[in-house]
Parts: sequence; structure tokens; C-alpha cells
Amino acid sequence: MLFPRPTGSTPPARVVITGVGIITSLGCGWKQNADGFRSGRRAFRGVTLFDVSRHRTKIAAEADIPTDVPLRKLHARAAHRLDRASKLLLTAADEAVQQSKIDFGAASLHKTPIVLGTTSGGMGMGESYYRTAIDNPLVKAKQATRILQYLAQTQIAELAEALGIAGQTISIANACASGSNAVGHAFEMVRDGRADVVVTGGYDALCEMVFTGFDSLQALSQTQCRPFDSTRDGLALGEGAAVFIFESAEHAKARCAKVIGEIVGYGAATDCHHLTQPQPEGNAALASMTAACKSAGLSPEQIGYINAHGTGTPLNDSAEANAISRWAGEVAPKIHVSSTKASIGHLLGAAGAVETAICLMALQGQWLPPMTSTQTADAACKFSLVLKPTDAPLEYALSNSFGFGGANASVIFRRAE
Amino acid sequence: MKRVFVNGIGAVSPVGWTVEAIRNALNNGQVPANACVQRPGWAQPLACRRVPPPNPAPAIFANARLRRSTPITTFAASATLQAIADAKADPKTERIGIVLCVLAGCVQFTRRFYHEAWTNPATASPLVFAETVFNAPSSHVAAILPTASINYTLLGDTSGYLEGIALASDWLEKDLVDSCVVIGSEEIDWPILDAFHLFSHSLVCSEGAGALYLSNRKSTEQTIELTAITDPHFYSNKSQKTDAIKNVRSDLASIASASSLLCDSRVDCKHFDAPEDTVWRDWSTSRLSPKTILGEGMMAGAAWQCVAAIDALRQTQTTSAVVSISGCLQQAVGASFARSK
Repeated sequence: MLFPRPTGSTPPARVVITGVGIITSLGCGWKQNADGFRSGRRAFRGVTLFDVSRHRTKIAAEADIPTDVPLRKLHARAAHRLDRASKLLLTAADEAVQQSKIDFGAASLHKTPIVLGTTSGGMGMGESYYRTAIDNPLVKAKQATRILQYLAQTQIAELAEALGIAGQTISIANACASGSNAVGHAFEMVRDGRADVVVTGGYDALCEMVFTGFDSLQALSQTQCRPFDSTRDGLALGEGAAVFIFESAEHAKARCAKVIGEIVGYGAATDCHHLTQPQPEGNAALASMTAACKSAGLSPEQIGYINAHGTGTPLNDSAEANAISRWAGEVAPKIHVSSTKASIGHLLGAAGAVETAICLMALQGQWLPPMTSTQTADAACKFSLVLKPTDAPLEYALSNSFGFGGANASVIFRRAE
Repeated sequence: MKRVFVNGIGAVSPVGWTVEAIRNALNNGQVPANACVQRPGWAQPLACRRVPPPNPAPAIFANARLRRSTPITTFAASATLQAIADAKADPKTERIGIVLCVLAGCVQFTRRFYHEAWTNPATASPLVFAETVFNAPSSHVAAILPTASINYTLLGDTSGYLEGIALASDWLEKDLVDSCVVIGSEEIDWPILDAFHLFSHSLVCSEGAGALYLSNRKSTEQTIELTAITDPHFYSNKSQKTDAIKNVRSDLASIASASSLLCDSRVDCKHFDAPEDTVWRDWSTSRLSPKTILGEGMMAGAAWQCVAAIDALRQTQTTSAVVSISGCLQQAVGASFARSK
């Protein structure tokens, strides 16, 4: 039953990550992405997915999706129906399951829940549906498929079918914080004993509508994305997905799973300042970081690295810089901060999930992902910006995600023991 | 686990801007008149049930946050404020969480903005784009209350509304919030009607919102208590749908009494209602089917079911109610409520 839940006196479970799958414009899989983020490689190109001739901005971070998307248990005929977003999601999920070596065929795992974050689900299919409805109003062929594939609930159901599981599915759409909210929610499900294993992550594909939206807001950089640079002029959009297998440490130990990292804290808060602009002092960002630290039982001086939301827009970065500086106080100069959106752009609903993967890579490899496009730090940055490839001992990393509508989320990870 | 009480309810529907309007419509069995929405390229318009203009307009309409928003936000905000007022709660002194559940979401501006993007992206309106984001309504509701507490927008099948209530209960259990509003809200536009038309020509869609205000504290002796929410049971075809609803009924068997009120999700459309009819055919006591009157309001419809069941518990001698929600596509979930002891 979802309510009331079984009550017990067991202490909160430690939550470990045993599988990570990732696809971004840097490549497909852990290794290509880890190599790219470690060196600060930037992976942007002219948009090829739709016509951008009348847009102000013409570049984005498109991902190269493998020709053969791993369908696992999903019926082969489903392959023809899949939206680009679904392909990204299934590709990342396949790697996560392979890495974790988890057997979802086991009866005990049949009810494994899935928690995903997305901002636009299968918007590409929605666009196709709309164009067909207008251009050929009497045509019905494939329209039902398009409308179903547009729905986020279809994508999460397809993932469940692909993995052969039938647990609760939760799609969180908290704008650009969706991925972090999903990861944080999955963490709480395992920590609170509501599940031994949860599949979680985030995904979003580039689409004409969202690209045009950010272009119309004049939020897209006309040069290149330079988070926390004093002359930054906007963000760059990207696409991708990251999927994780979260388990209780006990469950992972029982099946001798290799632990990649641990998730130890999650906090969320709402910024009521404006629909699309952060409160300038970053009050909600401060609240979410503080809540994440409280959840983890940590203080700011224990955090070695922050993967910032750092979109590269003037308003976001100054508000986040203020928030981090206030949150860290005197220890701010000792905390390393970067935004990997400099390498792969802003992945919207996938951002928090992909940045979770990056934090795990950094913790495992003991390095800091640099922002190689940032030249001159904004004066509001009281912390240490990572501007070139750097090795560093790391125990804890925090990831921030802030979205439209004032959705703020922070998640904290720990290196595997 | 801490007890969860429904201290307030609110609703906006095709029969008006109050819970009382729904109660009267259900008691009278009076189906509101269908409205017609023109679908580009078709001679025949599409039928639906729309929310009538409020008279008088609620004061909340003057709020700056609602200036450019679409009806889904107005409906959500109005239902929320009704629920909070009903609970006699004070947003200024409480940490109020928000769970907004949607299936279609901000479809009016999404359609409008995509049309602009498609035809001439150089002149597409940024003001419209901002309102297309799924969590725009919950953001506006948070700002109107105001509350800086945790706030999720959940996408999914209509039975996901009950999962939203379960999520709010978890937040209350963990003391993340003092109270929580769980909102289901939807708005109509031709692409939604066109989409449903692909699956059924007789189903009538509708719009509006419903909201429950939940707390661990009883507001009055007559407060309604949440007693159960089942696990989701999945289906991908009609026979599986029947089995899923059977599982819901089975899950609730030990909680629902023979005298419980049943509030189901029938929509007066044989194709969609058959599985639910089969499973609950022998239900011998009172039964409510709000969507046969109000229309298929998607996530708002799920919220209306809960609102109608809770209102009936308040207004009648019935002591408990079962809510059975079989979603449009994918899963069935049930819940039960009871007059608190």
C-alpha cells in the first residue's frame, strides 16, 4: 500500500549507487563522458535536428544516439515508435543495468519503482503530431502513436517494460530541477525503507519548441556558454540522459555489487520571486543547499566540490554565486565550484541526473571537471572556480539544480568506501 | 505512520467554482451543456465541458502572477485557496507543500507557442513560452500563498492523483511540511480534444481543478481521514484493466465496509467504463460517478472524485468512502477515506 506505509523502527538505510548510464553530446557511456568532463572538452555544434535559420542562436549540444537503441525486453516493434527522448533514456538505462549487474528478472525486484525527471517528455513527437494535425487535418494514421509517445508516462512505462519491472512509476516535471528532484526522491525512497532498489534519472531531448522558447527569452549565448564569467551572455542548450540504480547498502552488499558512490543528502525549496528569474540573493538556493546538508548531516566545510547549476546566464549565476557564498561563509574559498554546462550545455530535465553522474565520476576519479570557456571570474564568486583540469582529493560533492517556476534542488554524494 | 486528515477541499468544474456546485450537480444529475471547440481543418467542432466564467470573479484574479497565466493556473489557484479557506488554515504561519498533478498540463499556451515557433520563431513570444512549462501553475500557486516549501509537479495517468496524495503523506510523515495541498488541474484546447477523439468519439472531455488540503492535525471533530491508498496496478489492454481494478478492490477489501460509498471513475462511455462496471457491478450501497456529469477532466477529474467522496462523507451519514480511479492509459489506484474518530 502507498498509504499507510509499513512502520518500523529500522534506522535510515545508506543509499549506494551501483549502476550509472549516461549519454550526452560528449558521447555515449561512462568512459567517453568521464574523459570529456575531466579535460573540460566542449561538445557543441550547429543544430541539425530542426531548422534554426530564423533563430538568433544556431548551436546546441546534440547527442549522437546509437543506431541500435538497446530495447532489452521492450517489443521490437516499439523501436519504430520511439521518440528521441525515449532513445536517450533507454540507452542510458541499458548501461546502468549492465554496470550494476542487477537481475530484474528476480521476483523480489519485480516491483522496483522508477523515478524520472523530465521537462518536455516526448515533445518532439508532440510537435510532429501538431504539424500533421494542421497540415493534414483529416489524416489519422500514426497520430495516436504520436500523442502517446509525447506523454512522459509512456516513456517511463516503456522503460519499465524494457527492464521487465512493474513497480510504481513517478515522473517529476519541476522544470530544470526535475533530474535532481527525481534523484533526491529516489534516494528518500530507499533511505526510508520504501524500496530496496530504485531506478532513477532524467532525460530530455532537444526539440524545436524548447529551443525556440529559450531563443525567444534571449537566454541563449551568442558567443559560448561561460558559467560564472564576468562577461557571460547566456546558456547553451543540450540533450541527454542519465539513469542510475540506487540500492540500500545492505541490498548491494548481499548481492556483492560494486559500489560506484553513495548519495547522502537531498534538499528542495521553492523560490517565489518570479516565474523565470531567481531571487537575486539566491534565498531558495541557499535553502535547498542548507536542507541537503541537514539531510546528510554535513556542514559546508565538508563539501569539496559543487557542481553548480551555473547556466551561464547573468541572473542565474549571480544569484547562485551569492547563495553559495552565503551558505559556505568563511570556508567559501576552499570549496571548488564548476558548471559542466560549459561542456554539454543545459540539459533541462536531464541536467540534475547527468550532473549526478559527473559528481560520481569526479568522486571516483578524484578530479574536478573544469569550465575551460570561463576566463574572468564574476566578482560575486567568493569560492574557487575550477578553470582547468585539476586532480583533487574529494570526499563529498554537491550538485545544484534550479529551474523555472522557482524549483530548487540540491543533492550530496560521497565517494565509495 | 502519522494519521493524515483532509481538512479542506476545493474545486472548479464545468458546473461552477465551488464544491457546492459539484454537490448540487451530482444530487440533481444535471449534466452541464457541452461547449464546442473548433478544430482547424474540420467542419465539425469538438464537444467538451468548459468551466463557466466566474460570477463574480474571485479576488485572486487580480493577482499579478495570474495576469498572463492560462486557465489551468487559475483553476489550480482557486481550488487551492478554497481548500485552505475550508480548512481555516493560515498560509503565513505554515510550511505548505504543493503537489500538482497533471496529465495534459498547460496545453493552451503550449499549442499557441509551438505554432509561433513553427511558423516564425523570430517573433515567438517569450511570455507565452514561460507559461508552457509543466510546473508553471504550481509555481504561481506557491507565489500566491506564498510558500517556499517543497513543491512537485507530477506527470502521469489520472490515477496518479492518488499517488500525489501518498507523496504528500510522506512529506507530512517526514515533517518536511506542516500541511500540503494536492491539486489536480487541467485545461481544454483543441489538440487535447483531437487526441481523445482518436480513441473515442463519445467521450466528452472537460477542464477544471480539485484540491485537498492535508495535515496531520484534525481541524474539527468532523474532519475526514485518509485511511488507505493502494499500490498502482498496471495494464496495457482492456482485460488487464479489469484485473487491475480487481486488484484495487481486493487491496481495499479489508478497509472498505459494506456501507461504504463508492466513488468511481466512470465517464458515461461504454468503451472506457466496461472494466470498472465489471469489477464493481455487485456494489450494493451508494455510488457516485462524478465524471458522468462533469466529463473526463483527466487529473482534475481524479481530484473531483476525491472531493466528491469527501464532501459526501461530510454531508451525509455515510462513514467511509472508496475512490476507484482507473486511468486513461496505464494504471488503476484506489483510496479510502473515513469520518475521523
